Amino acid sequence: MIDNLKLLEMYRQMLTIRFFEERVFELYGQNLVPGTIHLYAGEEAVAVGVCANLRRDDFITSTHRGHGHCIAKGARLDKTMAEILGRKTGYCKGKGGSMHIADFNIGMLGATAVVGAGIPIAAGAGLSIKLRGKDQVVACFFGEGASNQGTFHEGINLASVWSLPVVFVCENNLYAMGTRQSRVMAIENVADRAAAYGIQGVVVDGNDVLAVYEAARSAVERARKSEGPTLIECKTYRHKGHSRFDPAAYRPREEVEAWVKRDPIARFQTRLMEESVLTEDEAQKLVQEAKRNVDNATKFATESPFPEGEEALEDVYVVAKEERTGK
Amino acid sequence: MREVTIRDALREALREEMQRDKSVFLLGEDIGRFWGGAFGVTKGLAEEFGDDRVRDTPISESAIVGVGVGAAITGMRPVAEIMFGDLSALAMDQICNQAAKVRYMFGGQAKAPLVVRTPFGAGVNIASHHSQSLEAWFMHTPGLYVAVPSTPFDAKGLLKTAIRGSNPVLFVEHKLLYPLKGLIPDDDYTVPFGVADVKREGRDVTIVATLFMVHKALEAAQQLGMEGISAEVVDPRTLAPLDRQTIVKSVKKTGRLVVVSEDCKTAGVSAEIAAVVAEEALDYLDAPVKRVAEPDTPIPFSPTLEKFVIPDEKKIVKAVKEIV
Repeated sequence: MIDNLKLLEMYRQMLTIRFFEERVFELYGQNLVPGTIHLYAGEEAVAVGVCANLRRDDFITSTHRGHGHCIAKGARLDKTMAEILGRKTGYCKGKGGSMHIADFNIGMLGATAVVGAGIPIAAGAGLSIKLRGKDQVVACFFGEGASNQGTFHEGINLASVWSLPVVFVCENNLYAMGTRQSRVMAIENVADRAAAYGIQGVVVDGNDVLAVYEAARSAVERARKSEGPTLIECKTYRHKGHSRFDPAAYRPREEVEAWVKRDPIARFQTRLMEESVLTEDEAQKLVQEAKRNVDNATKFATESPFPEGEEALEDVYVVAKEERTGK
Repeated sequence: MREVTIRDALREALREEMQRDKSVFLLGEDIGRFWGGAFGVTKGLAEEFGDDRVRDTPISESAIVGVGVGAAITGMRPVAEIMFGDLSALAMDQICNQAAKVRYMFGGQAKAPLVVRTPFGAGVNIASHHSQSLEAWFMHTPGLYVAVPSTPFDAKGLLKTAIRGSNPVLFVEHKLLYPLKGLIPDDDYTVPFGVADVKREGRDVTIVATLFMVHKALEAAQQLGMEGISAEVVDPRTLAPLDRQTIVKSVKKTGRLVVVSEDCKTAGVSAEIAAVVAEEALDYLDAPVKRVAEPDTPIPFSPTLEKFVIPDEKKIVKAVKEIV
C-alpha cells in the first residue's frame, strides 16, 4: 500500500506538471517560447506513477515530450522553464530547449528528440549499472510511435538477453504525430511485442496513476533484483495536439471528449477524496501551491538573461589535458 | 623498443587500458572468445578479462553504439567495435546525433567517453559494403573526434588517448594495415590528438596523407627522391581535431601541396585540407593544389576496377610531377 503522504505527493506532482504545461502554452502564445513545444498535459499519470517508484540515483531517459518526465523525476521548475525559454540559467544553458532537457544530478539522462533513440541509451545505462554492481534502475520513456523504430527492437532485445535493470515505459497516446496507431501497426497492444524478447509485457490504464504505479512497482522491483527488463504499455492521451501548431483535427471530437472525461488528475482527486486522503480544502491548498511554484519558475525564467551568442562555441568538447585540441 | 603489428599494438592498448581502469569494457559483434574480432584485434581479451568486459553483441549496430552512449554518460568507458566501417551507417544516429551531441545539447552536463573502433579502406576485393573510407562523414560532426593512425606506434598511442579521454572518438583502423609492423616503446605512452606527424621531411612538395595512404605517399616520396624531387609527407594522425598548423607550416616551406585520401574526392578529407591551405597559406603556393582521391564512385569489386579507383604511389608521383 502507498502511504497517504506519498499519494498526496503524487497528486501534487501531477498538478504541477499540468499547471506547468498550461503555463508553457500561455507563454508560447506571448512569443516567449522559441521554436515549438510538445506538451505532456493528459499524460501526467504515466511519468508520476513510474517515477514514484524511483530513487534519486535511478536513471530515466526521455523524449521530445519530456517536461513531465523531468518534473516527476524531481527537476527544478525554474531551470526547466528557463531552458524552455532559451535562457542562460536553464538546465542546458539554452543549448537544448524544450526537447533536450537533462539534469544529471537527479539521474535525468536527457531527452532525445530522435524518436526511439533513447531506448538503446537506456539499455546502456542499465549495462553500466550492472557492470558497476549497483542496484539502480533505469526507466526509459517513449511513445508507441517509437516502438516501430529499429532501436526499439535492438535495445529491448539486448536489455533482455543481458538481463539489464531497465523498465521500458511506452506511453501509448494513440497518435504518432497525426498518424493513428491502427494505420501503422497491426496489433493493438505494444506490450504484445515483449513476447518477442522473452520479457514481461504489461498493459495498464495510463490515466490511472495508481495502476501505473503498481505496474511500475513490480517492474522496478524485478529490475533491482537483477531479474531483467519489463515493457509497460500505458494507454493514455495527450490533451493538446502533437506540437504547438497542431490543432489535432485528425482526432474525432467524441474521442477527445471521452479521453478528457478520463482526465488522470480529476480521477485521482476523486479517488483520494473518496478514500478520505484528501479534503476539498487540502486540494485547493495544493492547487494554489502548485500554481505558485509555476509562477515563481516563470518569474525566474522570464527575468533570466539570454546567453551571449559566443556561448554557442562552448561545450562542444570536454577540453581535457589528455587530448590537445586542434590548433 | 620492440617490433609489433598494428593489430598487436591495438590489442596492447586495449589490454593495458582495461588493466589500468575497471570502467573500460569492450562490446561488438564476434569480439569475444569464439572469434576475437573479425580482424583478430580482441583475440584473447575475453579469456583474460571475462565475458562481462568483452561482450559479444547481436548484429545491432545502433544498439552497440547506443548502449555505449548510455554506459559512457553514466560513468563507464566503453570501446565499441563496428565490424566494418561501412556498417557505421547503421549506427549513424547514435554516433552523430547522440554520442557527439549529448554534451552540447545538455549544456556541458554530460561526458561521453565512448570509443567506436572500426576498419575503413579498400584493397581486399570485398566491394561496396565493406571497403569504403567514410572519415569525412565524421569529421563533419562537431563533438566527435576522429583518429586515423598509420603506424603501430600511432595506433597504440592514439587508442590510449581515445580511451582515457572524455569525448567520443571514431577510431579508424585501415584493414590493410593490421599486419603492418613497426617499433613501439616498452613503456606506457600516449599520442596526443591534434598533433600531426611529419613522416618524412622534404623541401619541394608537401604530401598530406592518412592511414594506408601514408605508406603509399612514402613510397611515392622515395621514388621522387631518386628523381631529385624532395617530398615531405605529413600525417595528421587525427582528422578531428586537425593540426592545421603543421600542414600550413609545411606548405609555407615547400610551396606545393598534394593531398592524398582514399575517400571520395567531393567534400572529402582532401577537400577540407585543401581548403585549410587555401585559407591560411594561399600566398605561399607556387602551384595549384592537387588532390589524389577516390573518383566519386562506390568501391567496385573486381581487382582491376578496385585498383583503378584507389590512389596509389604511381598516381601520387604523377600528381606531384604535374606541379613540381
